[in-house]
Amino acid sequence: MKKRKSNLPFKGTPEQEKQLLAVIEAHKGEKGALMPVMQEAQEIYGYLPIEVQQIIAKGLSVPVEEVYGVSTFYSQFALTPKGEYKISVCLGTACYVKGAQEVFDRIVEILGIEADECTEDGKFSLEACRCIGACGLAPVMTINEEVYGRLVADDVDDILKKYM
Amino acid sequence: MYRSQVLICGGTGCTSSHSAQIIEAMEKELKAVGLENDVNVVKTGCFGLCALGPIMIVYPEGCFYSRVTVEDVKEIVDEHLLKGRIVKRLLYDETVTDTNDVKSLNETAFYKKQKRVALRNCGVIDPENIDEYIARDGYAALGKVLTEMKPEDVIQTMLDSGLRGRGGGGFPTGLKWKFATGGNADQKYVCCNADEGDPGAFMDRSILEGDPHVVLEAMAIAGYTIGANQGYIYVRAEYPIAVERLRIAIDQAHEYGLLGKDIFGTGFDFDIELRLGAGAFVCGEETALMTSIEGHRGEPRPRPPFPAVKGLFGKPTILNNVETWANVPQIILNGAEWFASMGTEKSKGTKVFALGGKIKHTGLVEIPMGTTLREVIEEIGGGIPNGKKFKAAQTGGPSGGCIPVEHFDVPIDYDNLIAIGSMMGSGGLIVMDEDNCMVDIAKFFLEFTVDESCGKCTPCRVGTKRLLEILTKITEGKGTLEDIDKMEQLCYYIKENSLCGLGQTAPNPVLSTLRYFRDEYIAHVVDKKCPAGVCKSLLSFNIDKEKCIGCGLCAKNCPASAIERTDYIAPGHKLASFAIDKDKCVKCGVCMSNCRPKAIEKK
Repeated sequence: MKKRKSNLPFKGTPEQEKQLLAVIEAHKGEKGALMPVMQEAQEIYGYLPIEVQQIIAKGLSVPVEEVYGVSTFYSQFALTPKGEYKISVCLGTACYVKGAQEVFDRIVEILGIEADECTEDGKFSLEACRCIGACGLAPVMTINEEVYGRLVADDVDDILKKYM
Repeated sequence: MYRSQVLICGGTGCTSSHSAQIIEAMEKELKAVGLENDVNVVKTGCFGLCALGPIMIVYPEGCFYSRVTVEDVKEIVDEHLLKGRIVKRLLYDETVTDTNDVKSLNETAFYKKQKRVALRNCGVIDPENIDEYIARDGYAALGKVLTEMKPEDVIQTMLDSGLRGRGGGGFPTGLKWKFATGGNADQKYVCCNADEGDPGAFMDRSILEGDPHVVLEAMAIAGYTIGANQGYIYVRAEYPIAVERLRIAIDQAHEYGLLGKDIFGTGFDFDIELRLGAGAFVCGEETALMTSIEGHRGEPRPRPPFPAVKGLFGKPTILNNVETWANVPQIILNGAEWFASMGTEKSKGTKVFALGGKIKHTGLVEIPMGTTLREVIEEIGGGIPNGKKFKAAQTGGPSGGCIPVEHFDVPIDYDNLIAIGSMMGSGGLIVMDEDNCMVDIAKFFLEFTVDESCGKCTPCRVGTKRLLEILTKITEGKGTLEDIDKMEQLCYYIKENSLCGLGQTAPNPVLSTLRYFRDEYIAHVVDKKCPAGVCKSLLSFNIDKEKCIGCGLCAKNCPASAIERTDYIAPGHKLASFAIDKDKCVKCGVCMSNCRPKAIEKK
C-alpha cells in the first residue's frame, strides 16, 4: 500500500516531545517495544511525521529505516495529519458523472491541498472516497459526520466558509 | 440479596445500538423508584442473538427483551420490576408460548440445538468482575493443573480430548504443545492470536468481551505445561472493548495472585502482556504475528523451523487462537472423554460460528461438530429472510469457499469442509441468496486479499492481483472462456507457491465458485449476463412503457440525466411514459427505487 507523506512542516510542541520521551523511557529495554511506542506516539501527535519517527529511532536505538518500514506496513499508522474537519468527496460513478471532480477540484483550489493532505492550520484534510451509497444525492461530500448532497462546484465556497 | 437480576449485553453489537445508554437509564430509573438495592444490573458479554440487539434478560423470570431502546427502560422498570407485570410487547416472539406464557430462551429454535462450551460464560457473567468468573469454576482448572497434574498429564489430556486449533488450520492442540515441551531453551513463550481479521467473523471478539479470564487461565495452564512464564496476547486495535476488558482482567488476576509470581503458592510464575495490532490482516498468520510482536513489519517467514522450535524472539513458542484457549479449562475440569464425546470422529467438541449475510438470526452460535449446514441455517439461523431462495454458504472468509445447496446435509467438521472445497476457517458463515452473484463474491474476497497481501512473496503479491484483474474483466462483460481456464490455472500456481497461509488459500473463493457455479461464470462470459443482477456493467435498466404513469420522479432523481419523456401514452394513462438512454445510464438504480408503479426493471 502506498502512503503519502506529510507536506506540512512539523509542529510538535516541547510538551509533546517530553511526553514521547517519557513513553520511550518506559518501554526501553522491553522486547519488541517499537510498535507500542509508535502507537502511543501517534496518540500524542495524531500522526507519525518523519521527525517523530526520528525521535523514536534514536530513543530506541533502531535505524530510522526500520521505524519507517513499520509505519508504512500497518494501515493504522498515519504519515499525514488529519484535519479538524475531514472532507471526503465521493468519486464513485454516480457522483463522478454529476460533476464530483469539479467539486473536488474547487476544494483543492480553495484550500490549496491535494488528496490525503491537510491544510497548514490543521483545520481541513481532504480525501476522495468510494461510493457512500447516497447516489440519489449525487454528487456528495461529507465533512466529518455531515453530508452535503446535490452539489455544484459553486456551493463549495459557502459550505467551507461555515467551517473557517 | 437482590430479588431481580437484569442482564444487559455490553458486546460490540449491542453497544453500537446504545446498550451503554440503556444501562445508564436503567440505573437511573431504578434509583428513581428506590429499587437500586433490590435489582442488580449486570453488563454482560454477547448473548449471541445479535440480530435482536440490544438485548436485556430479566431474571428470575428469564424474560428475553429484544431491540430495547432507552425509551423502553422506564416501562420495564415501572411495569416489570416494580409491579411484576412482564412487558410482553418487548419480548422476543419465540419466547412467548401459544398460551401467552414466557418460555425459557434455551427452548427457542436459536438456542435449543446449541452446545455452549467456549461461549459458556458469554452473556452470563459480568466480564469485568473476576468473582463472577470464579463463581463459574473460573481458575479451578489452573488450580487443578498446578496442584494435581504433571505437564505430561496435561499434554495427554489435551491429546485425548482431540481438540484442534479453532483459528482455521485445525492442527491438534495437544500435539502443538507437545512439540514445545522438549529442548533446553532458557525461555519459552505462550501466545494468543486475537487478531481476528476475516470479514464476517466475530467469535474471538465476543469471547474476549464476554469472558476474558478464560483466555488468561488457559494461557497460564499452557505456560505451566511447556515451561513458559511469559505470555503475549496479540489483539486487534479495532476491538477497543475487548482490549479494555482484557486489561481489566489482567489487573484483577494480578490482584488475586492468579497471574504473577508464585501462583497458588506452587512456585509457578506466569505473566501476560497485551500487544495491539495495527491493521494488517496477514498478522493473523502465526509467523507474521510473532514478527509483529517483535516490533517489525508483520511479514511471514518460511516454516520450518516451526514456532514450537523457534518462535517468538527465536524461542520455542506455542500460539493458539482465542476460541481454542476458551475450550482448555473446560477440558481440564471435565476430562478429555467428556470433550471427545462431542463431535465427529476426527473433529471433537464444538465450534462457534458467526452467522451473517442473508439470514434471519444474525449472531453467534456454538454447535457440536457434525451438525449439518441445514440445521445451522434453517433451524438455528431461522432461514433466509424475505422468502428468497438459498444459494450458497460461505465459510472460512477470504481463505474459504462457497458451499452450494447440494451439500446442505454434510456434517460440519474440518475434513468434510475441506473435501467440499471450503474450510472451517475461524468460523465466519455468510449466507447468500439468489440475489448474490458468485463471480462478484469471488471478486470481493480477491479485492480483500490483494489489499492485504504483505508483498513479501511474488505468487501472492502479483498472482492475486492478476487474478483480480481477470475477475474484474469478467464482471465487466469483457471476459472470454479462455480467461476462465487461465484463471483456474493461476489459482493452482498461487496455492502451490505462496509462502504463507494467506496466499495459499487466497484462490479458494475463486476455485470453489468455479466448481459449483461455473454456469454463472459462463453466463457472464458467453451471454454477457449477470444472472443475479449484480454486476453493473452487464445490467440494463428498462422502463416498461405500459406500466409507466409518467410521473417523472425517475427523471428528476437520475444523477446522469439519462431519462427523458417519450411521445407514447399508454392506454389508461394520462401522461406520456419515460425511457432510459442506455448510453448515459450509470446503472446506479436510483430510478428503480423511486418508481412507485414498479415500472422499471433491471436485467
